Amino acid sequence: MTQYKTTIGLEIHVQLKTNSKMFCTTSAQYFGSEPNVHTCPVCLGLPGALPVINKEAIESAAKFALGLHCHVSDVSKFDRKNYFYPDLPKGFQISQLDLPIGKNGWLVVEGKKIRINRAHLEEDTGKLIHAKVDGKSVSLVDFNRSGVPLMEVVSEPDIDSPDLARSYAKVVHQLARYLDVSNADMEKAGMRFDANVSVSKEGIDKLGEKVEIKNINSFRFLEKALVFEVERQIKTLESGKQVIQETRGWVEDKAITVSQRVKETSPDYRYFPEPDLPPLVFNEADIEKLRKMLPELPDKKMDRFVLEYGLDKITAQNLTEDKNLAQWYEDGLTIYAKDDKNKAAKAKVLANWVVGELIRNLREKAININSASIEPAGLIELLRLVDSSEINQTTAKKVFTQMFSTGKTPSRIIKDEGLAQVSQEADLEELLDEVIVENESAVEDYRQGKAASLGFLLGQVMRKTGGRANPVVASKLLKEKLAHGNRN
Amino acid sequence: MELTNLTIKKANEGLKNKQFSAVELTKSIFERIEKFESKIDAFLLLTKELAKKQAEKTDLLISENQSLNTLMGIPVAIKDVIVTKGIKTTAGSKILADFIPPYSATIYESLENAGTVLIGKTNLDEFAMGGSTENSAFKVTKNPWDVRRVPGGSSGGSAAAVSAEMCIYALGTDTGGSIRQPASFCGVVGIKPTYGRVSRYGLIAMASSLDQIGPITKTVEDAALVLNVISGWDKRDSTSVDLEVPDYTKFLTGNVRGVKIGVPGEFFGSGVDKSVKETTETALKRLEQLGAKIVEVSLPRSKEALAVYYLIMPSEASSNLARYDGVRFGNERETFGSEVKRRIMLGTYALSSGYYDAYYLKAAKVRSLIQKEFAEVFKTVDLIASPTSPVLPFKIGERVDNPLQMYLADVLTVPANLAGLPGISIPCGLAQELPVGLQLIGDHWQEGSILNMAYTYEQNFLFSEKPKL
Repeated sequence: MTQYKTTIGLEIHVQLKTNSKMFCTTSAQYFGSEPNVHTCPVCLGLPGALPVINKEAIESAAKFALGLHCHVSDVSKFDRKNYFYPDLPKGFQISQLDLPIGKNGWLVVEGKKIRINRAHLEEDTGKLIHAKVDGKSVSLVDFNRSGVPLMEVVSEPDIDSPDLARSYAKVVHQLARYLDVSNADMEKAGMRFDANVSVSKEGIDKLGEKVEIKNINSFRFLEKALVFEVERQIKTLESGKQVIQETRGWVEDKAITVSQRVKETSPDYRYFPEPDLPPLVFNEADIEKLRKMLPELPDKKMDRFVLEYGLDKITAQNLTEDKNLAQWYEDGLTIYAKDDKNKAAKAKVLANWVVGELIRNLREKAININSASIEPAGLIELLRLVDSSEINQTTAKKVFTQMFSTGKTPSRIIKDEGLAQVSQEADLEELLDEVIVENESAVEDYRQGKAASLGFLLGQVMRKTGGRANPVVASKLLKEKLAHGNRN
Repeated sequence: MELTNLTIKKANEGLKNKQFSAVELTKSIFERIEKFESKIDAFLLLTKELAKKQAEKTDLLISENQSLNTLMGIPVAIKDVIVTKGIKTTAGSKILADFIPPYSATIYESLENAGTVLIGKTNLDEFAMGGSTENSAFKVTKNPWDVRRVPGGSSGGSAAAVSAEMCIYALGTDTGGSIRQPASFCGVVGIKPTYGRVSRYGLIAMASSLDQIGPITKTVEDAALVLNVISGWDKRDSTSVDLEVPDYTKFLTGNVRGVKIGVPGEFFGSGVDKSVKETTETALKRLEQLGAKIVEVSLPRSKEALAVYYLIMPSEASSNLARYDGVRFGNERETFGSEVKRRIMLGTYALSSGYYDAYYLKAAKVRSLIQKEFAEVFKTVDLIASPTSPVLPFKIGERVDNPLQMYLADVLTVPANLAGLPGISIPCGLAQELPVGLQLIGDHWQEGSILNMAYTYEQNFLFSEKPKL
């Protein structure tokens, strides 16, 4: 069978998080608002209105470009991209053609370097809503989104599988959030993908005909659409036909792509420099200042977690996926390892708790760490109770879940729920006697030299105490009792 | 007392001295409009009620003996391409026939704050595209000097209104000569400031890199007074420049001794009517008598200016007019007039892939050569003089079927727009009983220098002729 090579390039649109829109002072925080209330003469494209560059957006864009390892040019400019569409009020979109904010960047994803051709700024369009009004099918336009700043990140065709495409998209998403330049909120269309994909026979240098899939709005759909499209193209070639260069759309409910426009009729955007806006000039010092403002980026943070805390790569990756979670972990560790004793061991214990219990609880509630009420100090208090054997692991997990949902301190929960470990021999004595009486055969087996039976009997003790019995004390006492009984 | 023939300066004095009230001044303007507007057709909309209210406000201030700004209570006519909140603004186009803007242009806000009185919105070529006001979708404005002739354009309504004394002053816009040429045709003063001097926010764009708003007035001093109010940086217009606005009347010294006037041979070439040429040359001799130095200069690239202009302007216009897409504003693109359609097509073509390099890009490069050439010349002279228009006001209908001939009328004014330079046109004499305009072009931000030269000419060789209506 013929082997095929897949070639994918992604264009990722990321809405920047700014107070006002790209070219006017209207608030950009439009999500959930009534249609057409976040508008002004500028973002409605009214006759006579003029754009003014939002400095905050430029700064965010430059930071983003630096995070993508792009070269940030000292001169950048805006251009008009002319086309007609009802959601585009001016009949052109202000974008960037030949002098984007960032050029020639790269990201490493799953060990592979993916080059980034460019990262440029543009304005978002309005939104069309297809609805029925008085029984008639109509298209309505909502201009709330019109003029919201968008960063477009264009990769080189360095992606060789749908899976890698998804991972790359996630890395870009993570970066935007690390830099705090975007919420990149998938539910609110804060991030959208266009994918270019082609297949060619292995060993042939020439790339196959390129198909563009437009407007995908989730990581999962991105991967699914690409998987479908790669298969479709291979099947087409296998059946002796040609793949045609075209634009296809992803149909969610059918999980297929369908042809939208054949490339020959693609529009001529008639780009030209935006005469209403002077060029943007950055001096070297501005760029350096921004570079210094960049936080530690995800890959660097992960490497540091491995080196500094002795964590394995997977754990470090899980911890650093969300910048705030990583910060939470480090805040916790500062408290936990205050005396600097057994720092490496403590780093691991805490990491296991964060990656295990904390992330599990976050996922169950579908929230991120910033909206969780649990504080690092609370978990550390809990871990210290485990370390001092006041509670065991099982109880600790129960307490943690309650801490997570109620925000109460662990000692409060332990007290209220009577979860403290039973460590006093006197408190255990009666219980052990009961277990010995109720499990005659196991007791007999133990006395016959079957050591495993001790475990069974201990289990029974735990069951009776709801896991609160201190296993060390209980085991010691049980052995004594059984030995004592033997002598009888 | 005849009030309609007053200048801003005189009207301001009259108001201050309580010789007449602002309401009386406004009333006399509307009486004159009543009498002559049907002959001239300068206005698309009259704002009589608003004017009365605004005038009453001024009178109240006068009665309270409060200090009076220069423009307070002074009737203005504004070209209908500048948006005025709540007041219909059409750009002379059917596509905006019913457009009532929800906001005002920055300069209209400035004028409102200055207490001026809005008389109405004046006629223009559709979207300011034309040199005769014949391209208006609504009416053809007539030249007060000879109603069979055009008033020039595209600010023809504003120039005719000032000339016919149906306002005390007016505002126009100039993309390729649209203030200066109608000022020349109507025998009044018109100045196009340096690009970036006056905010364009709220000016319905034709060609963004060329458009500029400016005053059309009866005297040079009035032009300086209006410029004082409308100039300055506007945070809503990124192409406006944050540079201190001087008091332009301070430049009006009447002394031009030793000032060097560059006269480019290219601006007096074969396309210039003999009578226009002679009248302008006489004006230059007069300036020499006043002590100015006439220096021959050369601007060879200016020959390319018209070609460059008719590539850059339609390119930007084709994009600026894309917003009238039939989805909003209530009218389809078919309602554009033929000149607008022609420019949209020219511009769309010039920007198309495969043609962009040969047309738009090359034009942009030649534009910067023209700018450099001017910069070189301004190293040796203080200002440049030429006729404003190569021809006298032509007859209505004479050129409408020949767009190319119409475009040629812009040949002497477009270089200043391409280079972003300030230019003024003042009446310098009559030829065949029609006014001839003298154009003075200054270096960037040197409005003061061209205003003083114009003022000195005006003071010594007063243009006292008036159209016979």
